[in-house]
Amino acid sequence: MSHLRSMILISPELLLVLTALSLLLLDFLVRRKGTLAVAGAAGIFISAYVNYRLIKVGMTGGTIQGMFAFDGYANFFKLIFYTTLLLTILLSVKYLAIEKISAGEYYSLLIFSTVGMMIMAAATDLLMLYLGLELMALSTYILAGIVRGDRRSNEAALKYFFLGAFSSAFLLYGITLVYGLTGSTNLREIASALHSLKLAESPITMLSLIFFITAFGFKIALAPFHMWAPDVYEGAPTPVTAFMSAGPKAAGFAVMGRVLFDVFGGLQMQWSIILEPLAILTIAVGSIIALSQTNIKRMLAYSSIAHAGYALIGIVIGTPEGFVSTMNYLMIYMIMNMGAFGVVIMLKREGFSGENLEDYAGLAKRHPVASALMLVFMFSLTGIPPTAGFIGKFYIFMEAVYAGHIYLVIIAALFSAVSAFFYLRVVMYMYMKEPAGDISLSTSKTAGIALAFAVIMVLVIGVFPSLLLNFARNSFFG
Amino acid sequence: MPGTFIPSNYLPIIIICIFATIIGLSPLLIGSLLRPRRSYRQKLLPYESGNEPIGEPRYKFSVKFYIVAMLFVVFDVEAVFLYPWAVAYDKLGIFGFVEMMMFIFILLIGYIYAWEKGALDWE
Repeated sequence: MSHLRSMILISPELLLVLTALSLLLLDFLVRRKGTLAVAGAAGIFISAYVNYRLIKVGMTGGTIQGMFAFDGYANFFKLIFYTTLLLTILLSVKYLAIEKISAGEYYSLLIFSTVGMMIMAAATDLLMLYLGLELMALSTYILAGIVRGDRRSNEAALKYFFLGAFSSAFLLYGITLVYGLTGSTNLREIASALHSLKLAESPITMLSLIFFITAFGFKIALAPFHMWAPDVYEGAPTPVTAFMSAGPKAAGFAVMGRVLFDVFGGLQMQWSIILEPLAILTIAVGSIIALSQTNIKRMLAYSSIAHAGYALIGIVIGTPEGFVSTMNYLMIYMIMNMGAFGVVIMLKREGFSGENLEDYAGLAKRHPVASALMLVFMFSLTGIPPTAGFIGKFYIFMEAVYAGHIYLVIIAALFSAVSAFFYLRVVMYMYMKEPAGDISLSTSKTAGIALAFAVIMVLVIGVFPSLLLNFARNSFFG
Repeated sequence: MPGTFIPSNYLPIIIICIFATIIGLSPLLIGSLLRPRRSYRQKLLPYESGNEPIGEPRYKFSVKFYIVAMLFVVFDVEAVFLYPWAVAYDKLGIFGFVEMMMFIFILLIGYIYAWEKGALDWE
């Protein structure tokens, strides 16, 4: 019976895999590629609904010999991944037609990558975690290079692949050391072995902790390991960039939270000391270098680095409440970032990239709705109330102050003010400059739905912050 | 270090590795110590069944071989997984059967995909 229970608990993932596989074959059968997006979205909705039903009937606990957990923590992150995936698909439909990207592979790779992230968030065994991470990473490497004729896309894929493979090696070193110390890859068994054998102070434990932080730091683009992010984000097709800056980043935080809290919970002082300078450096690097960017995708890449730094503050604090504020922040960041990228995607048309800041000049005169949306997302990324971005930063800073990290908050708030320059510069270009030439948007119904959803969520969370925060809190503790 | 986990189950593997290295290297080492060193052109030429070599061994070959090689690796790994499953079939029972069928099903879809995409056509 336990096998059957395992199968039921991983059925959302299995359904997604089935959807991805059928999309691959459906690509040969249907002529109109929009059908694939609809079929993919239907599969994702079914999987998400099954997941929701499983939560409703009270299914919880571990499966597959303790390798996989179906708990509130995993489910919160799965909601982030499902939303990212759906928004990406909605935003991609037009872009795929313009760039002539093969739709079947594209959608199925997106779904495979999401399955990898879901496995990461739910993994309670280091090997399962590694498996999920590789599934996610390998799919995103291909997605980054899916525009085969474009040199920059190829460069992005190659860079991402090399540095990603490098970071996987760090993760494996960490896993090996922990296995050598404790004889187990199960997170709970490792934690109890570290405790009972009094290995917490051992230098090898510290070394493996550093390896883990390095590997996860690569995935979420923390400051000394962020070098790949701007080039990859710029070169990859824009919907893929949007997907990469939201999904894999949240997945990196999910595994980081679980490993740090469950395995190295006794070493909280030590990892806080390691992560604190990383958080400051990440915020500083992201905010300062973004000031000089004229390519909007590159600017959003540095912005995404800075936001990873803000989210990291919740982990630096080291309290469960702190991590709840990180989860809250990740959800908010995902929505507003997808929205901002959604507007960038709309500027793309045949033979015109729409990625330069100058392309936004006078956008408000020609397309007031799109400009207003961009305005809201830029305000939210800056952290101006009543948008969700303000709420995310507010809770993180509040928890940090409670935990006594006052100077960390001061530094973060200062850089947050710096970041207002490059976010509001986009707004300035849109509203205060004269249009340089012909600006036409490649609008579509699907992109409209995605942007409407994003903007409504940004405003709703901004006005009723407790909805999301309580959900995050219940997911973490419940 | 006291209390450190020592994976004693893996001891035979380490011993095999050590012995394999010794057995592999020792003939080369003994040969290099014992053999006379008299080299001339014919002896240093690459061995091509006694003929004079024609051209360089490095030349460009079609990129299509990559696809063939990739497909080969995929189905090679499938075979590698099938052997231990077949040997332990009695112990794994119906669960192992279902899992292996899922594995083969996923590969089957990959196979159909590769076929339809024309990866198996040389031209």
